[in-house]
Amino acid sequence: MKSPSCLPSPAGKPVVHAEIRVQTDDFDIGREWAACRSRCAGSAGAVVAFGGLVRDRSQDDSVRGLYLEHYPGMTESSIRKIVDQAATRWKLFDVVVIHRVGQLAPEDQIVLVLVASAHRADAFAACEFVMDYLKTDAVFWKKEAHDGGQRWIQATAEDRQRRQSW
Amino acid sequence: MTTATSVTTAVSVRFFASLREAVDREIVELALDEPSIAGVRAKLAGLLTKTQFEAIDVRGVQICVNQTIVRGDVGLEAGDEVAFLPPVTGG
Repeated sequence: MKSPSCLPSPAGKPVVHAEIRVQTDDFDIGREWAACRSRCAGSAGAVVAFGGLVRDRSQDDSVRGLYLEHYPGMTESSIRKIVDQAATRWKLFDVVVIHRVGQLAPEDQIVLVLVASAHRADAFAACEFVMDYLKTDAVFWKKEAHDGGQRWIQATAEDRQRRQSW
Repeated sequence: MTTATSVTTAVSVRFFASLREAVDREIVELALDEPSIAGVRAKLAGLLTKTQFEAIDVRGVQICVNQTIVRGDVGLEAGDEVAFLPPVTGG
């Protein structure tokens, strides 16, 4: 699912190009980076990218795979709210969030957050903010497969603390 | 003599992730005598086993109506989609 759009511009803030995709397919960070650069050529002085990967260990247990489930429609809306919040706090030109769903394997890419702004401080902060909120507010569920079985992952206390720190 | 007629409201109820597994179904169609979240709970209490119902009736489970999270009891209309969501974990 692909839903590019421009967010309403808060007073005095640049209009943000926001692109939110929830997909089973892998993504190419280089391609997304180039597209982002192209969209905000000249105006952006910083592009910050975060890429999340599937680890092969969790809680001292080997991870064989990770299954991600979502609620089509609501998941995209939940990400949109996070991006909207970021756009009201920092001057952003471009935000891309790509989140994969379905069956993934260790080392696979899970999520990409790309943020472009005039200055690095805003880009770094907004990228971290979006990631921290994705952990606790985006409508996804993860199930890890181990040698001994499977378990649904819960948001950690650290995840909640990081979100509350904003 | 009067004839009593019963009007029911048809809604869909979806379960996600761990809750789907706990109740062993993804979606159920309910005909509600009482078109509200309380009515959904009452129907599910009769439809599910005690263990299954307890799995969705715990703190942390969020209820949505047409993809909007609701708190407490709210009214429903025919065709509404109710969803039970376990705590989310994205990123």
